[in-house]
Amino acid sequence: MKQKLIVIGNGMAGMRTVEEILNRDADKYDITVFGSEPRENYNRIMLSPVLSGDVSYEDIIINSREWYSENDITLHAGETVTAIDADAKTVTAESGETMAYDKLLLATGSDPFIIPVPGTDLDGVVTFRDLDDVNRMLDAAKSGGSAVVIGGGLLGLEAAVGLKANGMDVTVVHLMDTLMERQLDEAAGYLLASELEGRGLTVLTGANTKAVLGDDKITGLQLDDGTTIDADLVVMAVGIKPNVALAKDVGLDVGRGVVINDQMQTSNPDIFAVGECVEHRGATYGLVAPLYEMGRILADHLTGDDPVAYEGSVTSTKLKVTGVDVFSAGDFSGGEGAEDIVFRDAARGVYKRVVIRDNKIEGAVLYGDAKDGAWYFQLMKVHADISDMRETLIFGQAYDGGAQADPNAAVAALADDAEICGCNGITKGDIVTAITENGLTSLEEVKAHTKASASCGGCSGLVDELLAVTLGDDYEVQTIKPMCGCTLHSHDDVRRLIMTKEMKSIPEIMQELEWSTPDGCSSCRPALNYYLLCAWPTEYTDDNQSRFINERVHANIQKDGTFSVVPRMWGGMTSADELRAIADVVDKFEIPAVKVTGGQRLDLFGVHKKDLPGVWADLNAAGMVSGHAYGKSLRTVKTCAGEQWCRFGTQDSIDMGIQLEKMSWGSWTPHKFKMAVSGCPRNCAEATIKDFGVVAVDSGYELHVGGNGGIDVRVTDYLCTVESEAEVLEYAGAYMQIYREEARYLERTAPWVERVGLDHIKANLVDDAENRKALYERFQISQKALQEDPWSERAKGTKDAHEFMPLKIVA
Amino acid sequence: MWMEIGTVSEIPKLGARVVESAGGDIAIFRTADDEIFALFDSCPHKGGALSQGIVHGKAVACPLHNWNIDLVSGEVQGPDNGCSRTVAVSVNGDVIRLQMPDVKATGTSG
Repeated sequence: MKQKLIVIGNGMAGMRTVEEILNRDADKYDITVFGSEPRENYNRIMLSPVLSGDVSYEDIIINSREWYSENDITLHAGETVTAIDADAKTVTAESGETMAYDKLLLATGSDPFIIPVPGTDLDGVVTFRDLDDVNRMLDAAKSGGSAVVIGGGLLGLEAAVGLKANGMDVTVVHLMDTLMERQLDEAAGYLLASELEGRGLTVLTGANTKAVLGDDKITGLQLDDGTTIDADLVVMAVGIKPNVALAKDVGLDVGRGVVINDQMQTSNPDIFAVGECVEHRGATYGLVAPLYEMGRILADHLTGDDPVAYEGSVTSTKLKVTGVDVFSAGDFSGGEGAEDIVFRDAARGVYKRVVIRDNKIEGAVLYGDAKDGAWYFQLMKVHADISDMRETLIFGQAYDGGAQADPNAAVAALADDAEICGCNGITKGDIVTAITENGLTSLEEVKAHTKASASCGGCSGLVDELLAVTLGDDYEVQTIKPMCGCTLHSHDDVRRLIMTKEMKSIPEIMQELEWSTPDGCSSCRPALNYYLLCAWPTEYTDDNQSRFINERVHANIQKDGTFSVVPRMWGGMTSADELRAIADVVDKFEIPAVKVTGGQRLDLFGVHKKDLPGVWADLNAAGMVSGHAYGKSLRTVKTCAGEQWCRFGTQDSIDMGIQLEKMSWGSWTPHKFKMAVSGCPRNCAEATIKDFGVVAVDSGYELHVGGNGGIDVRVTDYLCTVESEAEVLEYAGAYMQIYREEARYLERTAPWVERVGLDHIKANLVDDAENRKALYERFQISQKALQEDPWSERAKGTKDAHEFMPLKIVA
Repeated sequence: MWMEIGTVSEIPKLGARVVESAGGDIAIFRTADDEIFALFDSCPHKGGALSQGIVHGKAVACPLHNWNIDLVSGEVQGPDNGCSRTVAVSVNGDVIRLQMPDVKATGTSG
């Protein structure tokens, strides 16, 4: 029979221990987890980037609720354990439920320390410990105002930078004279304070808080020198104290934390403890790497009988603030017998200090250039004798032994057990093994396989260098990238071979080009389908099963499984009849939301899949067709008011836009394709960030290509100026066609233009009129096959009816 | 309880259809070799409808974030972890039968 393991604490230490136990022996324990927070297990050290808006809460969830049920773990989230009975071996939760255990694991973590001054119970005082705290800070930041962060340690500074990023005026109040004095020495602390002040934060050191001011809600902070600081929010980040309440109540040995031996065992042999709540050999830990180490050792102990011992952890620290490169490890307090090697470069803002005792590194502080941190840390952990490298030690590993400064030399020379990712305890050896055994070639892949750089991301540079070192020449020759894992051929090779071998179906390509999978994958099939329909427009039959759901059912899937529907509005124009029909559709199908899109049309959100044909039928009846808002295809042609209405308009931009849209709608392209026409150089249609933009001038039309909004905003390149509407159409069609024929699937025009160069496009379109006309002609031929409203045949039920109806409904 | 839910020919090759049941939607997949598999229609990642994904080999790519789910075991393939619950299927000629799951068993613990 399985033994019952109860875990009190659903945080990083407790759940990592559970993961490690499951990895070793998933059947040994019947596991129940209690967590005070009403949510799944998440990566607490990533709360800072959540606060600054770099990632969302969803991104930092470690184990979803599904994970718990799949592993048969009973999770009581939001339920605090209030008592332990060590004799009866039971725990009691706040609901009153009592439950028996064979083994009990305390992973209760720590509580924020609240300084004992008046006013800390006022509304507006928050700590920085969990997601609720982050949400409280974000709420407060919405109304702007000022924040005071008490505490200039790691957590306090991350909170301060996060609040600043959210638009608040931020003051950091720190009791000691140096920021992060436990990790940094005075010089590095000074550089850090200057950097933060340069970013607009106010830093007060040597500042002792006397009281938090306010009646119900806080109004400010008073220091003991009499200074008052106005504040709408006070963040208390002065430190943490192990949460030992339960352990104390049940009579376990408790010092600063719950006292444990080298097997994580408390003074009661059936009760174990890991994480921030423990005290081991007199030390407590507040960083993640030691917690994970404890989890591994406890899991070994609980699943096997190998006598393993935890011997304490040597820790290193990095500050998770973008653009601030800080590393520290070990003891750098100096003292008798300690020698310092110091390097400063004031102009670059670099400071490095290595503390040596008896020819061994005792501590290191790096500011501004922390790339050798892992190396120093490794030398320190193995107590290496550094006498031979002493002269060049401070310049870093690249100079070790007088070698040339190869940027990758530092990481190449690291020992296999050197820790690369401190958050997850991943060594160089782990990463190199993962790279060679799984044939990894990118940071993303390494992240997925090893979790290195998956937490704070601070080591991503090192991982990149490891990739370069491990792959050697292969890393260089990776310029020819296979389409996907199913083939060794690149996108460009496959397209060329489709033409030269006259291949006309997906199975034929896979056969001829020796695909390694029977029917490809979700990455190559949509690409091949596109390449074939582009190559053989009049012959190829589209393979619906090789299209993403959106293109298969001609609507956009949303995160809840419903779809959104966007009817086309030519050039952004609509009419009373169309709007009336849309309103009727919204009422009839109870569509919950209607939004005006950035492309001058209306998006109907929350349509159930089975309703799609009905919605389309009604829209068709009012003369509307698919807007292809779901496709790698021509999306919209945005227009300004133009000459018809605008007092500045020089040409009829609306009519030009409608003509362009009538010509190009229905076209499939490597990625989405957007156009715009502005009626004068004021450019109200924002044509210069579109894939193809037209800006009217007195003498005609300026044509612009390769613009893009989105993540990497790119302004268009100017192509040429033409005189007539007919020329605009010809250039637009020819440009779309060369993009269709040459770009790789899922490559937008902006990166494509940068890759092939504007000169290439000019040579084909502007300098060579014959070629332009040929491209335009091929575009028109392909359009003949494509300009059929995909909604209409599906609305009539004559095509793909199976897509919209369940196979069976079982009551 | 085994229940007849339709025929192989009603499902496109390399495609899927849905059976709506009281315990949740069940996705019925058909591979290139006409093998039939059934999974609860929910990706272990963010609950995406697997029936809407691209079927390849004996796997389906979730339409939301492209996680690949093994149709035989319901396990997530590759570096990610997770599992979608499988449903037993039998095919006799063209006719597909499902072993309809006990409704209560679909709830999650906790």
